[in-house]
Amino acid sequence: MKKFILALILALVAFQFVPDLVAADAPKAPSIEDRIADLEAMVNNGARQTNAATAIATSPGPGHNGFMMICSALVLFMTLPGLALFYGGLVRRKNVLSVLAQCMGIAGLVTILWWLCGYSLVFSGEGNSILGNLKWMFLKGVDSTPNTDYAAWVSHNVFSMYQLMFAIITPSLIIGAVAERMKFSAVLLFVTLWMFVVYFPLAHMVWGINGLMNGVWNAGASIKAIDFAGGTVVHMSSGWSALVLCIILGKRLGFPKEPMPPHSMVLCMVGTGMLWVGWYGFNAGSAVAADGVASNAFMTTTIATAVASFVWALAEYLFRGKPSVLGFCSGAVAGLVVVTPATGFITANGSVLIGIAAGLIPFFAVYKLKGWLGYDDALDTFGVHAVGGTLGAFLTGVLATADANANLKLNLAEVVGKTLWIEQLKAIGLTLTLAVGGTVVIAYIVKAVVGLRPSEEVETVGLDLAEHGEEGYYGHSR
Amino acid sequence: MKKVEAIIKPFKLEEVKDALGEVGIEGMTVTEVKGFGRQKGHTEIYRGSEYTVDFLPKIKLELVLADSRVDAAISAIIKAAKTGKIGDGKVFVSPVSEAIRIRTEEKGESAV
Repeated sequence: MKKFILALILALVAFQFVPDLVAADAPKAPSIEDRIADLEAMVNNGARQTNAATAIATSPGPGHNGFMMICSALVLFMTLPGLALFYGGLVRRKNVLSVLAQCMGIAGLVTILWWLCGYSLVFSGEGNSILGNLKWMFLKGVDSTPNTDYAAWVSHNVFSMYQLMFAIITPSLIIGAVAERMKFSAVLLFVTLWMFVVYFPLAHMVWGINGLMNGVWNAGASIKAIDFAGGTVVHMSSGWSALVLCIILGKRLGFPKEPMPPHSMVLCMVGTGMLWVGWYGFNAGSAVAADGVASNAFMTTTIATAVASFVWALAEYLFRGKPSVLGFCSGAVAGLVVVTPATGFITANGSVLIGIAAGLIPFFAVYKLKGWLGYDDALDTFGVHAVGGTLGAFLTGVLATADANANLKLNLAEVVGKTLWIEQLKAIGLTLTLAVGGTVVIAYIVKAVVGLRPSEEVETVGLDLAEHGEEGYYGHSR
Repeated sequence: MKKVEAIIKPFKLEEVKDALGEVGIEGMTVTEVKGFGRQKGHTEIYRGSEYTVDFLPKIKLELVLADSRVDAAISAIIKAAKTGKIGDGKVFVSPVSEAIRIRTEEKGESAV
């Protein structure tokens, strides 16, 4: 037996040399030119060109481009139906469709504004550091060739659609604070004005290549702040605007005496799961490439969210006696919100700290602060998004490190790990001022033009029947 | 003839039905109802909002019986529905002046 094994081993060793023996007859190795032509053919998605007429540089890279199309769809999935169900489950059943209608209405409206001039105002590098110009109006010239200001290997049109999805979810978040009591026409008019006054300038300042607060990429930024996926642009802007709007709008009829429990915690949890999954497109996708920064963001998003969800429910367990599904859901969303500005800039340990803070501070805001101050933020947009977004923007300044993202060495080597948190405070101040000031003005304009609230009778019957002529659950409006 | 109405805990319905069957009761009407007595309701908490739910789900049984069978029915219900805790429910007995079987138009005790 031993001899047999030995013979087998010898035979196997001998086989290792066989390819060498026949190598002389193998076809010639491909030339460098052929290999380059193959690479170009792969990137440009065509057959091998012998004359190499098409350079790679004008094409999107297949991997990065594919990743960004999927991420764009994931971010849209956060709103439709993620956020719509998360919010829809939390309202009373007579208003569930109004929330869905508002989310879908905003998706259509904002897409039209984006095509018209929104994208250009946010991302054109011309214009000034506060707002871009109209160079890409009607998305003219926004084609499949990458725009190297933002992504070397992603088609410009894909980039513009990816950013559109952020522009859709941001005003949709505001819906949560004013749910069950705002006229549909008022929502549409408010969002239209709000996009021009608050979102477009803010997004340009933070992400525009020449933006005032774009610390990572703009060497001349006056505020050297960082915001990876939208802590200031998306969550602070929507959250603070939501607080102002819900105060101007007033409380729901019967609040806080009449019980207004969620009509379906099941829908709410389903929506939360969709938000969490979609958020990978939001956070990892904000690297605008399937690269190492995206990988790190994927990891930190997961950790912060899971920790926050767990900590929030644990806090309920300790302080209220029962861990609730709404607690797990709220904690998960709070974790996602707080980690958003930091996700591409922090390490795994940083994301655990963010998760703990996200499970406790917004928890305090929705359980205590709201009761003390007495405003009717129906679905806690302020408590989760404004408090969480502001917390995240600040913690990003404390926890960001070039170990997690080498881009922080480009223009920010002097401030990262030292005074970055002061720059973050400046960005927080500017965002807060713009969101609060802009919303006060817009809310009173909308009130004067179409009015903010439906009649008491409409509000009592429910917005579904009165404003949309249908019921979420036929024959069960209540 | 008497009508026996019993308000009981929903999870006791099967036991009560079987107990009534054992003493020869052949029909009953059951309704899902809400209400409260000394048990009061319970509290639900959704984030910062606490709601007291006063009306708890209960089951109402209605039986119309010949006078001679009422006592057996009542003791069967009490035996099956009792947990000894607050919220077990109540039994009400009231007189019934007439009963008619629609199919045969029989009247009185032979109709129930």
